[in-house]
Amino acid sequence: MSGSSLRKKGDAVGDGALAEQVKAGDVRAISRLITLIELEDPEATAALKQLDGTRGHAAVIGITGYPGAGKSTLINQLATAYRRQGKKVGIVAVDTTSPLTGGAILGDRIRMQDQSCDTGVFIRSMATRGQRGGLARATRQTLEVLEAAGYNVILVETVGVGQNEVEVAFVVQTVVVVVAPGLGDEVQAMKAGLLEVAHIVVVNKGDRENADATVRDLADWVPLVIRTIALKGEGIAELITAIEARPCIR
Amino acid sequence: MVVATKPIRVLVGKVGLDGHDRGIKLVARALRDAGMEVIYTGLHQTPEQVVNTAIQEDVRAIGLSVLSGAHNHLFRRVLELLKAQGAGDIAVFGGGIIPDEDIPGLKAAGVRALFPPGTAMHEIVIFVKGLQR
Repeated sequence: MSGSSLRKKGDAVGDGALAEQVKAGDVRAISRLITLIELEDPEATAALKQLDGTRGHAAVIGITGYPGAGKSTLINQLATAYRRQGKKVGIVAVDTTSPLTGGAILGDRIRMQDQSCDTGVFIRSMATRGQRGGLARATRQTLEVLEAAGYNVILVETVGVGQNEVEVAFVVQTVVVVVAPGLGDEVQAMKAGLLEVAHIVVVNKGDRENADATVRDLADWVPLVIRTIALKGEGIAELITAIEARPCIR
Repeated sequence: MVVATKPIRVLVGKVGLDGHDRGIKLVARALRDAGMEVIYTGLHQTPEQVVNTAIQEDVRAIGLSVLSGAHNHLFRRVLELLKAQGAGDIAVFGGGIIPDEDIPGLKAAGVRALFPPGTAMHEIVIFVKGLQR
């Protein structure tokens, strides 16, 4: 955990093989490096330094929103669509670490089973390990690893957030906030926090009662509202078009 | 705030076609409460899915629940795939309805531990904590 050990020269690191394996897209190496980043191991620092500058031009998209709004299911659909375009997809899915025990249940993958045998998709679940803001401390550098490993589209799922967890806005190019209908009063309350960082707001579960009203209410406050039914794949093409229309600056 | 610096990462889930997930959910929760990061994959996993997930998640161990009777095939297939992917260091353990006479064969094949019905949760926790990377 100490910063000084991180700054140590790469002496304990060996020959830099890990970074080379990551660049070659070796899945074991990628997942090992992510573990080392999470542990703040000096080897991770050295490998990241080696990877610096080798990064491609990945589209990095943050998917955030309330617990149960459908973030994981939406990501599953986005991944499927991007795979059809021939793109390699990296996914980082963050869930909460227990403040009481330090343990975590990382269950986002359950909604992403369509991807679990596709070698063009890499999914990593990550616990917050005490970090606030909706992401883990290791998330940003993990995105760098996935980009260096050649993933073209990287999707970041935050923990289920409230109003104030907007860290994702600082590590991605496009922020998609996912909401579900029927939270009318809370929509007002959300205005000052989460919705401010949204480039696109998705009203998921769009076949539910009140979806029209939710879309209408939000339209006054955010740049773009898209209605989806993630379970059925409806609205996904529209969402992808909207993401593509965003300028890529990072 | 109690956050372990090196939480153990462990995958638990169900392989094959049986849908009885009460037991594995309890195990997942016990491991969580013991401070581990539990990647819970849910029902109906194939051995290929389990192994791909385990490698992407860089877990120390895989715990599988099988109540369908297909344990002899499923555990062996998982071990085989792990070895083929150069990930034989990931420990495999299990539970469910596994007849006594099948246990020696599965252990010989590389399953590290099998926990029959009635196992106390802390036995499983102690086992996973004791695994060396």
